[in-house]
Amino acid sequence: MNGKVAKEDLDSRIFDTLNMILLIICTIVILVPLWNVIISSFSSGKALAEGGFIFWSPEFSLENYRAVFNDQGIWQAFFISVSKTTIGVVTHVFFCAMVGYGLSKKYIRGRKLYVAMGVITMFFSGGMIPTYLLIKSLGLLNSFWVYIIPALFSFYDVVILMNFFRNVPDSLEESAKIDGAGDWHIFLKIFIPLSMPAMATIALFNGVGQWNDFMTTKLYITDQSLYPLQMMLYEIIVQSQTQSMQNVGGSAVIETTTKGVQLATIVITTLPIVLIYPIVQRYFISGMMLGAVKE
Amino acid sequence: MDKLAVETSTGKHTVGPNGKKPIGQRIKEFIVDYRRQWEIQSMIIPGIIFMIIFCYIPIYGLTIAFKNYTVIDTLATAPWVGLDNFRIILSDKYFWDAVVNTLGISFLKLGIGFVIPIILAIMIYELNSGRFKKFVQTVSYLPHFLSWIVLGGMLITWFSTTGLFNQLLLSLGVISQPQNILLDAGKYWWIATLSDIWKEAGWGTILYLAIMAKIDPTYYEAAKIDGASRLRQIWNITLPNMRSIISLNLILTVSGLLGSNLDQTLVLMNSQNRDKAEVINSYVYRMGMSQGDFSYATAVGLGVSIISVILLVTANKITSKLNDNQSVL
Repeated sequence: MNGKVAKEDLDSRIFDTLNMILLIICTIVILVPLWNVIISSFSSGKALAEGGFIFWSPEFSLENYRAVFNDQGIWQAFFISVSKTTIGVVTHVFFCAMVGYGLSKKYIRGRKLYVAMGVITMFFSGGMIPTYLLIKSLGLLNSFWVYIIPALFSFYDVVILMNFFRNVPDSLEESAKIDGAGDWHIFLKIFIPLSMPAMATIALFNGVGQWNDFMTTKLYITDQSLYPLQMMLYEIIVQSQTQSMQNVGGSAVIETTTKGVQLATIVITTLPIVLIYPIVQRYFISGMMLGAVKE
Repeated sequence: MDKLAVETSTGKHTVGPNGKKPIGQRIKEFIVDYRRQWEIQSMIIPGIIFMIIFCYIPIYGLTIAFKNYTVIDTLATAPWVGLDNFRIILSDKYFWDAVVNTLGISFLKLGIGFVIPIILAIMIYELNSGRFKKFVQTVSYLPHFLSWIVLGGMLITWFSTTGLFNQLLLSLGVISQPQNILLDAGKYWWIATLSDIWKEAGWGTILYLAIMAKIDPTYYEAAKIDGASRLRQIWNITLPNMRSIISLNLILTVSGLLGSNLDQTLVLMNSQNRDKAEVINSYVYRMGMSQGDFSYATAVGLGVSIISVILLVTANKITSKLNDNQSVL
């Protein structure tokens, strides 16, 4: 009997060790390439041209960042990215909370129709071209508001908030009503402060989506002064791709300069996300579960 | 009958012969109720208006798939052409190339990318040390938050002749000459699949881990007493408990077989690998946005979404048969 237990312990320990080793390899596979991008962005053009380093750069330099920051374009793009993300998130969360609060009241007239209309939008959409034609006829092409208005509403987020509001005890609303408060007052003064955790989760996912979104720009914006960072980075990538293909065996200098600029832009574009990442991490699980409850 | 009368909003009105109140009365009641609820209704109406404009008008706009729409037309004046656009699709070689690429990449993603998050989640779940667990989770979720543009830029750097990937292979002696595999069309499907797994596998574990956290620990204790090995416990306790979430995910993945990642394609596609990289989405984009053939592009998109809905329904039927007729959707 004792021998059996010991064998199991040994088996179990081998399992744990193997498991640990495999997971360490997984984290290395994720972290090393990212680390490589960061140190490459701080490398001189010469080091980039020669390559051949993984963990540490042979020659550090700030020239890539200097080149990027000297370009007025990046400041403009950064400004666009920040404003579209902040305005987009605040309006999206407020709009969805407002509709979700309304739909959380079971007694309202027409509720079945409203919900049915919403559910249909989760499964069917007009797709790329009809949406483009709509945006065009609304005059939103080459307008900053194309980042905000079409992104105001998502029925998925409405449902999540609606479920959250429903869990708030009715007594809160009733006592406020007795004190003579209207629905808008109750929503703004009682329910919004109460539902901050749910709204923060939605804000987080929506914010990452806004920051990372580039298709909206690609489809609807041709005015370069409205380009966010992602689109600017895309242009740099496309440009350096074409160059490197034309330059097979040709001038390596131009290629490495754009490469350095590209690397520095990648780091700058990602930095805000990486900075807020540890702060917002605790919302991930709650957020996924909010979504899962619905499914 | 009595019951029905009580359930109506005021409860005092007469009930018609077939259990319904006369239409006029119902409208009157509706208006009375609506006016009493106007404050709440005023919160919902903006959402409804939004849906009509931004969701239902584009759905109506799908009719251009059956029209010959040109820039000078409006949606209403464009002439109807019936199924002509769909007929052209059938003989469009480039479209079928895109279908082959989409399916190739999708099946690779389904074959590899579907299993890896499950395995990864089990591995993380089996970890004893809380701090290391937290660390692995933090690291593996991170790539999900990079945009495809950022990741595309990174991939181009990693795969360049002087980049990380070639350095590794050179030092391991796998290759003797550095080469940029992004320019090698034959490898594109693998690049698309593996980069997607690198980005999303960790994130894909969250839902599985949340489900696993709900498994009753006494199962494992009982299994341990019975002398079940760790792998046995995974096979007989963990996996069966994840059955419904796995089949739900599988249904969603199968219904998305014809969908593809447009961001990823646009950033990784170049003139060298286009033959293998063009997927349906990017083809719709190219036909519609670059070449301005709105009707044809819409027809392609519509056809593909109809097939996707059919796939969704079929996959749901099949898995519900396998799961003792319990439909997951």
